[in-house]
Parts: sequence; C-alpha cells; structure tokens
Amino acid sequence: MSNEENCFQGIVAQAQTAGAEVGPVRDQLVLDLYRQTQEIARQVVKRQGKKEDFDHKIDDFVTSKYFGYPLMLTLLSLILWLTVSGANYPSQLLSNLLFGFGSHLTAFCQWLKAPDWLHGILVLGLYRCMAWVISVMLPPMAIFFPLFTFLEELGYLPRVAFNLDRGFKRAGAHGKQVLTMCMGFGCNAAGVTACRIIESPRERLIATLTNNFVPCNGRFPTLIAMAAIFLSALVGTANNLLTTGLVVGVVVFGILVTLLISRLLSQTLLKGVPSTFTLELPPYRWPKMGTLLIRSVLDRTLFVLVRAVVVAAPAGMIIWILANVYIGEVSIIGHLGGFLQGFGYLLGLDGYIILAFLLGLPANEIVIPILIMSYLSEGVMVEPSSIEDLHRLLVANGWTWLTALNMMLFSLLHFPCATTLLTIRKETQSLKWTVLAALIPTGVAILVCFLVAQLARACGLV
Amino acid sequence: MGYAEITLTALPIGQQARVVNVGMQGLTRNRLLDLGLVPSSLVKAVRKSPGGDPVAYKVRGAIIALRSEESRLITVWPLD
Repeated sequence: MSNEENCFQGIVAQAQTAGAEVGPVRDQLVLDLYRQTQEIARQVVKRQGKKEDFDHKIDDFVTSKYFGYPLMLTLLSLILWLTVSGANYPSQLLSNLLFGFGSHLTAFCQWLKAPDWLHGILVLGLYRCMAWVISVMLPPMAIFFPLFTFLEELGYLPRVAFNLDRGFKRAGAHGKQVLTMCMGFGCNAAGVTACRIIESPRERLIATLTNNFVPCNGRFPTLIAMAAIFLSALVGTANNLLTTGLVVGVVVFGILVTLLISRLLSQTLLKGVPSTFTLELPPYRWPKMGTLLIRSVLDRTLFVLVRAVVVAAPAGMIIWILANVYIGEVSIIGHLGGFLQGFGYLLGLDGYIILAFLLGLPANEIVIPILIMSYLSEGVMVEPSSIEDLHRLLVANGWTWLTALNMMLFSLLHFPCATTLLTIRKETQSLKWTVLAALIPTGVAILVCFLVAQLARACGLV
Repeated sequence: MGYAEITLTALPIGQQARVVNVGMQGLTRNRLLDLGLVPSSLVKAVRKSPGGDPVAYKVRGAIIALRSEESRLITVWPLD
C-alpha cells in the first residue's frame, strides 16, 4: 500500500515538473504556429491599407471622448423613433383585418347556432388574444429588428461594449455584458444563452441575473403603447417624438438599474474582482442588405406568429373562461383581481394589472390582452382595436398617468417570463440562481413602483 | 534603442512595441496567446475608449481591447 502510494506520489511529482516546463514550450508552439501562418498569409493575402484607414477614421468618431456616448444614444433613439412612428399604420391595418375577420367568425358561429360558451372561448378568447398579440407585436418588431441587425452586422455593437466597459468594470461586471443585453432586446432567453460569451463564471452569472432589465420583444410594444397612454393622460397629446423620448428614457433607466444591481451583486452574493477582459473590435463590414432584410423580417414574423399560436391562443382561452365563469356575483378573474387590489394600489397599479403580470408568466406578450379581457369582463363594452380605444378602456377603468408609468416600470423590471427562467435554469444548472433571477427583478419592480406611487401621491400629483 | 522595457499600459497611443513577456498564467494567458499576443510579436496601441480604459491594441492585424488590469502584466519594448 505504502509502496503504491510512493509510486503514485512519484508520478505526481514528475507530472508537476513536466508541467512547469510546458509553459515555455507552449509559448514556442504558439510562436511557431504564428510564424508559419504569417508566412502563408504574406504569400496569399492582399492587404487593403485604405480600408483599414477608413475603419480607423470611423472608430475615431464612434469611440471618441465627445461623440462616443451621444452617438449611442442618438442611434438608439433613431431606431426607436422609426419603430414607434413606422408601426402605427401597419398595426392599425393588421388590427382592422384581423378583428374584421373576427366578426365574420362571430357571424359564422351564429349561423352554425353554436352555443355562446363555444363562441366565447374560441372567438372572443382564443382568436382575439391571438389577433391582439399579432397586430400589436408584429409591426414594431418587424421594424426594430432589421435596424438592429444592421448595426450588429456592421460591427457597431462591439464598439458599444468598448465604450461602456468602464461602467461595467466599476459595477464589477464584464463589458461583453453589453452584447448579451443587446441580444436581450430580441428575447431575454436568447440574451441569457448569449451570456456564454463571458468566460468568467462570476460575471456570466451577473449578466444572466440582470438580462431581464432589458425590455424584450414581448415588452417593447407594451412599453410603446403605455408611453403613448401616459403622455396623452399627462400632457394631453402623444406624438411620436415624445413617445420615443419616453421609451428611450425607460430603456436607459433599465441600463442604469442593470449597472446598479450588477454592482450590488458583485459586492454581496457574487463577490470578487473583475476578471480578464479581451474584446475584439472586428473590421466594419457593409451588411448584405437583401439577406439581412429578408432574414430578420421573416425571422421576427415567424417568432411573433409562433408565440401567438403557442402561447397567446391557449392563454386567451383560459382567460376567457376565468373571466366568464361566475362564483356568486363575480367572475373568477374578478375575485382574483379583487384579492390583489390592495397590493396593486400600493404600487400605483390595480389588482387586474398584477393578475395580468402573474398570468402573463408564460409570455410577456399576453399581459395586455389579459388585462383587456379582465376589464371587459367587468362589463365595459369597448372592443379596443387601436391605441385610442385602449386608452378609453383604461381610463374608464380608473387609469391615470401614474398607472401607465408604473405599468411601464413594472413591465421593465419584473420577473422574467417562464421561457427565460427555464433557460436560466438550464444555463446555471442551479435552482437557487433561477429563483433569485425571479426574485431580484420582482423585488426591484415592487420597490421602484411603490416609491414612485407613494411619492406621486404624497406630492398630490395624482 | 534608447528605450527600456515598459508595461503595455504605459505604451502611448500610436506607438508600436515588441512584446517581451506575458506575465500571467492559466486561462488569461491562453486567451492572449490565442489572440497572437506572445513574446516577440508586434503590438501597437491604437485608441482609448471614451472613459480611458479599456485600450484597443493592434495585434497581428486584429484590434483587441484590453483592460489596464491585463495590459499592466504585459511588458513590451517600445520601438521608434
């Protein structure tokens, strides 16, 4: 036994000495590899000095001390402005089309003499929820994504990470977190998967836990709609410019919260020093516009349509049932909403809004349709097919500018959707972090909404 | 050559240098080796980010950004 042990320790010692010698050998290997590749490259690659100079000039501007930050903000505002002002018309068109077809479906059900409950579940529940999700979600996303993909393929996003790294370093996080946040604009589940590009486990976890503070595909249109409602409630008018400004403000607020929570995490649960940072700034490439347009538009359209069918349709059915099955005098949804009313009021919201966020756990896209159906079940007979209709319905249900503002804040900050949580579970392999990924944002959302509501009420603004 | 060895952090923007030593171990070292930042390779400080850190360096035709935490562990021999 002791003989074998000695033998084993001898082998370990030998391995350790050999390991120490490998260092320089490894350097030599890499050096030789590079020498060879350089030789090959010298023979076959033609250098375009002009292109490099051109890239250099662009970078001088894009990462400059004075223009770097304003340019980022301008580009974000421009993209959002194009999205906000471009989405109105196609949204209305789709809505007219889909809701028009809905009334044909109703007529068809009457012709079939289908029972009311069947018509309710299928047309008023399933079909309408789907129609809402498609007409509200699809146009903004079909405009936002090609623009964003354009910046991505151009090679601009690594420059953003380069510019913002200092802030993330101060927060104890990694500059590449910016890239994962950019992915989060599309879908937080994709953003969480993208966190793999961060090598250090500590900083990857920070990026994973805070990705949710970037509004995703399913929340952007909600934010845009709420911004318009907030503005028309507060200043009486909501033009595209003001709406864009507000949405940009909300996104920037989300980024600040990301930095703050990252900092708190790296000082408490995820203590440690910032690890190494290497980031390549690739040469600029002019994207292939045709492929870009077709791919990103088709991609997004497909994404929204699939979500509409897979999540919104069944949710619509369930919500319609909840809204139309009565226990005593009140529908199930009315009971639930009433139960949550006190809590909702504390946050400047109401019980139905809290319920809509809870029932919207499978997908953020269905939060507003659920809310509409809850309000409609109270007997307010408006069929909202446009933002103006929606505004009227909400005001009829006691909404003020504070409700719209806190709805935006809650939507920005609250727990991630079920898909994202499952992805976090898969990526972290830990139930603890998954639970924290839901609890931390929810805590932040409750705190922020509570403070805003109490402040507004204390100042007599509402 | 009237220069002495300095850390990569101290290399002024626009100046070229030859890498003398990469003073770190493990994953970080491997990562830098992957990028071609090995002793004897040429490196040029290209630009600072708006906040002053990280700094972008040109290594073998690619632009790589490093934080001062990394660049201070790399010693270089500045060239004219």
